[in-house]
Amino acid sequence: MAYSDKVIDHYENPRNVGTFKGEGVDGEEVGTGLVGAPACGDVMRLEIRVKDGMIADARFKTFGCGSAIASSSLATEMIKGMTLDQAAQIKNTQIVQELNLPPVKIHCSVLAEDAIKAAIEDYKKKHSK
Amino acid sequence: MPETSDLKLPIFMDNHSTTAVDLRVVHAMLPYFTQHYGNAASRNHAFGWTAEAAVELARGQVAAVIGGDGKEIVWTSGATESNNLALKGAASFLKKQGNHIITVETEHKSILDTCKRLEREGCVVTYLRPAKDGLVTPEQVVAAMTDKTIVVSIMVANNEIGVIQPIEAIGAAIKAKNPKCLFHTDAVQAFGKIPFDVEKSKVDLVSVSAHKVYGPKGVGALWVRRKPRVRIDPIIDGGGHERGMRSGTLAVPLIVGFGKAAEIAHEEMADEAVRLRALRDRLYKGITSRLTETYVNGSMERRLPGNLNISFAFVEGESLLMALKDVAVSSGSACTSASLEPSYVLRALGVGDELAHTSIRFGLGRFNTEQEVDYVIDLVVKSVERLRSLSPLWEMHQDGIDLNSIQWTPH
Repeated sequence: MAYSDKVIDHYENPRNVGTFKGEGVDGEEVGTGLVGAPACGDVMRLEIRVKDGMIADARFKTFGCGSAIASSSLATEMIKGMTLDQAAQIKNTQIVQELNLPPVKIHCSVLAEDAIKAAIEDYKKKHSK
Repeated sequence: MPETSDLKLPIFMDNHSTTAVDLRVVHAMLPYFTQHYGNAASRNHAFGWTAEAAVELARGQVAAVIGGDGKEIVWTSGATESNNLALKGAASFLKKQGNHIITVETEHKSILDTCKRLEREGCVVTYLRPAKDGLVTPEQVVAAMTDKTIVVSIMVANNEIGVIQPIEAIGAAIKAKNPKCLFHTDAVQAFGKIPFDVEKSKVDLVSVSAHKVYGPKGVGALWVRRKPRVRIDPIIDGGGHERGMRSGTLAVPLIVGFGKAAEIAHEEMADEAVRLRALRDRLYKGITSRLTETYVNGSMERRLPGNLNISFAFVEGESLLMALKDVAVSSGSACTSASLEPSYVLRALGVGDELAHTSIRFGLGRFNTEQEVDYVIDLVVKSVERLRSLSPLWEMHQDGIDLNSIQWTPH
């Protein structure tokens, strides 16, 4: 299968890899989304760091194919600087378009969308108490 | 990285899928395209006689590798056709005797899909499950036999995990229970790679292919025992070529190539096996001495010399293939298959889906070098380390988190 240049770029130079915990960031500022399953061949963990209602920064780690890694890497770039509501509006089709994903890889973009939503949910849950 | 100045990229390490044609084979084939282009079935002129003589020589060359007679060779388009012919031909010819077939879950798709079709047409098929090492036992086979069993089909060596079945013991057990029950084996991966003998194995039908032993694509054979005579119905009708079992004009240049490839394999098998085993062990040690959490799939002891099938836990197979872009290998990952299912062979061994997704098959062959192996070791180690640094599962594992304790969201 031929990968698009953008997938290869994100795969070879993934943006925003890591965890906030490892960087000593206050857990109160962080929302984490962990989606997928090892048995399905892809797991994404996406973290957002929220300041004043805005996503100030993001981190990810992904177990999955090159398109899954690229989708999550791109997702972290897209959501930076967005409000939680704006980030929650991101659709997987935007990722498909940006990365030029073939039909067989659409599920990777769906997973990235799920990861964003799960991270926002997690943050909101922490702060609703 | 080792010195790569005279290393040619990409490196082909997928010799279970196909092999390069040996130049000696190409040279043997060439005259049969433009000079000796007769139809081997033309009995009334020199062009036909020359072609026929070449085809007969090749029959002997191919049969000799498995201890058979040239007269027992039926040329086909490849092993997929040979497997189809063996099972469909036997089921059709023996339908009055019975309708039960025994095979193994880890067989090639050309056996399994043929069995599925035969099931739709009234046959009953038993699919034996191998042990965790990929092997079935003679006792298992015999226990599945009934008075309706007409054919047992078990491969010599597996194309994914390279494990070698105890084919002689299985053949003896089948024939002890019922001498009339046919024994077919798909010997594609074993042919010319490891010793295999039709008499010692008590087989009746053997499928082989040229392009796995440095011959051309598009030609294979079904060896059909003559003593005692084994009869099967053809699946292709026509001019009655190949003793009525496979009609169609013979692909003379391809057959000549198959014959030459078989001759070379026969002569060089012993030395080549030693060399490939050394390369394989070097690859295995090189990788596993530098990486933890790697798991070999299938028996390491009963394995083809050139095969290594290994899972790199917490690194998805396709992403690893992407990193190994200058190395041709294959993966049991779902993402590399059209069906999006992980390898059915690894599943049958009881390898969990999460590990099946991380498996890579290395297939070493005649033209691989030590230098290539060293390059691949370095690249694999570097790539797995990088991908593990991106893997949340690896991080959790390092933190001592049991991945089975997490509520995953299958999708």
